Amino acid sequence: MEILGHLSDGIWLSLQPINLGLILIGVTLGLFIGAMPGLGSVNGVAILLPVTFLVPPSSAIIFLAAIYYGAMYGGAISSITLGIPGASTAVATTFDGRPLALKGKASLALVTAALASFVGGTVSNVLFTGFAPLLAHVALSFGPPEIFALMLLAFATFVGLGGDDIPKTILSICMGLVFAAVGFDEISGEPRLVFFNISGFMHGINFLVLAIGVYGLGEMIWTIESTRGEMTTTDAKMSLKTVVADSKTAAREGWRGTAIGSLLGFFVGILPAAGATPGSLMSYGVTKMVSRKPEEFGKGAVDGVAAPEAANNSASTGAMLPMLTLGIPGSPTTAILLGGMVIWGMTPGPRLFTDEPAFVWGLIGSFYVSNVFALLINLAFIPVFIWMLRMPFTILAPLIFVLSVVGGYAATADMHDVWLMLGFGFGAYALRKLDYPLAPAVLAIVLGPIAEPTLRQSLLLSSGDPMIFINRPIAGPITIIALILIFLPLINLIRKKMVAQA
Amino acid sequence: MRLAELITAAVLALLSIYLMFKSAELDIGYLPGEGPGGGAWPFWLAAVMLISTILIVINWFKKATPPSRSTEPFMDDFAKKSLVKVGVGLLGFIALIGVISMYGAMLIFLVYYVRVLGKHSWPTTAALSIGLPVIFFIFFEALMRITLPKGMKFTEPFYNFLNTIIY
Repeated sequence: MEILGHLSDGIWLSLQPINLGLILIGVTLGLFIGAMPGLGSVNGVAILLPVTFLVPPSSAIIFLAAIYYGAMYGGAISSITLGIPGASTAVATTFDGRPLALKGKASLALVTAALASFVGGTVSNVLFTGFAPLLAHVALSFGPPEIFALMLLAFATFVGLGGDDIPKTILSICMGLVFAAVGFDEISGEPRLVFFNISGFMHGINFLVLAIGVYGLGEMIWTIESTRGEMTTTDAKMSLKTVVADSKTAAREGWRGTAIGSLLGFFVGILPAAGATPGSLMSYGVTKMVSRKPEEFGKGAVDGVAAPEAANNSASTGAMLPMLTLGIPGSPTTAILLGGMVIWGMTPGPRLFTDEPAFVWGLIGSFYVSNVFALLINLAFIPVFIWMLRMPFTILAPLIFVLSVVGGYAATADMHDVWLMLGFGFGAYALRKLDYPLAPAVLAIVLGPIAEPTLRQSLLLSSGDPMIFINRPIAGPITIIALILIFLPLINLIRKKMVAQA
Repeated sequence: MRLAELITAAVLALLSIYLMFKSAELDIGYLPGEGPGGGAWPFWLAAVMLISTILIVINWFKKATPPSRSTEPFMDDFAKKSLVKVGVGLLGFIALIGVISMYGAMLIFLVYYVRVLGKHSWPTTAALSIGLPVIFFIFFEALMRITLPKGMKFTEPFYNFLNTIIY
């Protein structure tokens, strides 16, 4: 009952004029960002974080969360009408969404996506509201060893479940962590890693400089190259009547995928580092597996649109759970939100629930409000979004570059960081072409300032004995799971070799 | 692509070694009573980076990953052209910030991108390249009270005039 009281306070808070206004703007921007190929929630949140310095933190996070939310809805629009996923989270939506559109049923696919997103969002919001205070309560007893073990788990999931090239993933994680160590050594107070004695490195490398460099500049250059400016849109004729009729079809044929996506998405989203992209792909796979007509998948099954769309919304809320309760982001986007919280002067972690109840519950309340508005705005303005997708990239790209440069400067007010950001941008472009995953580096630069002190404090507690991470009742199992995940690829490799020899 | 993969791994390996040396300027061992030294964390992470680059090179020899098998060029003509056009634009943009202010550099960058690269009409170009700096100015200087770089001395009279409007 106490939770319901907090929740109604939070919803009330998010309905305050300023917050409601930010939700509307955020959701609309998010829908657009999600719909534009090459731009996802992470790009939007990274590029727009610097503009939130204008409003109080509780409103800033509501705005960014609304962008995150809207982007999950928006990704489907381009997946269906262009056949190009608007964001990586909507890749699975193209599998059946595009065939439906080519059959002239684009509006059915779009309505299904919107409704499934809404259900996914609602289910995960309810789960979130129930779980978050409990988890935060448990996490209150965590000391440095437990927190470090959780960090290790976050990185281990990238290695074990990421599916990318493993040495490249590990390199990316370590590089992010080393960049986070630039500046001053907090414990001894000595300057550290001040490259070539350039004074700009004394204040460290702000995570936004890396995040905007990677997601604002590097990815844009990559997108300009890979799309080659050629896109064709499929129109969707919609009216109130067709929306009602399509909703009925969507409910009849898409309930199974929606249900699976909503639940599976949430739990995959909670896993540190997993996030909405694997959540939506897995939900698509499972729905196809349990479907009575798996042969229809890939040819325009309504369930095939519903499952990934329910899942990506559900997972995006799920990813907020570890971020808010443990201070460990569940996806690159939440990593940037976490970094934002630090900039706004808050200490992420379980104590937020007791120290900043208005911030936490306002955010949770805003999930519910954003979800409703995302559905309404999405359904009402689908034709407008399709029209905007025709906007030439030569107008969108300079806009993003300008926002990136200004945002990179606003974060630290130092030209040194703008140059550094450009360097990161070119570097990220080259690494991206060679399949180096870059999300781990961004996550690492955010988590570095938490991971290093907790490791050093833990080792100080145990006088240098690393067994402290195994002996403690909560840290132990977490560390062991993390180690298994890290060594999982190695074990698989050995097993394959043995099978090959036998 | 194959050559690019090897060169990138080598560059990253050199970076790791440099980071290890740089970290070693601080203590990298365990100090009794103080815990691990200030350089230990980045040193060992850089060491793991170095090991990763070695594994990447081994994968390259075994042709175990897609980029190490690919015979496509790392960058085709289109990619080279677009990188140069966009890269030069960005470099110019950032270099000009210190000379003619953030807003002036933004204007020139937008004219370059929208008109020269995008080949849009002059009215579109003008609307964007004048409209955006104005919006940014109102947002940052007037609303948020964040001052963006104003460039060299000669822009001063202009911005002094604008400041009398917003303050």
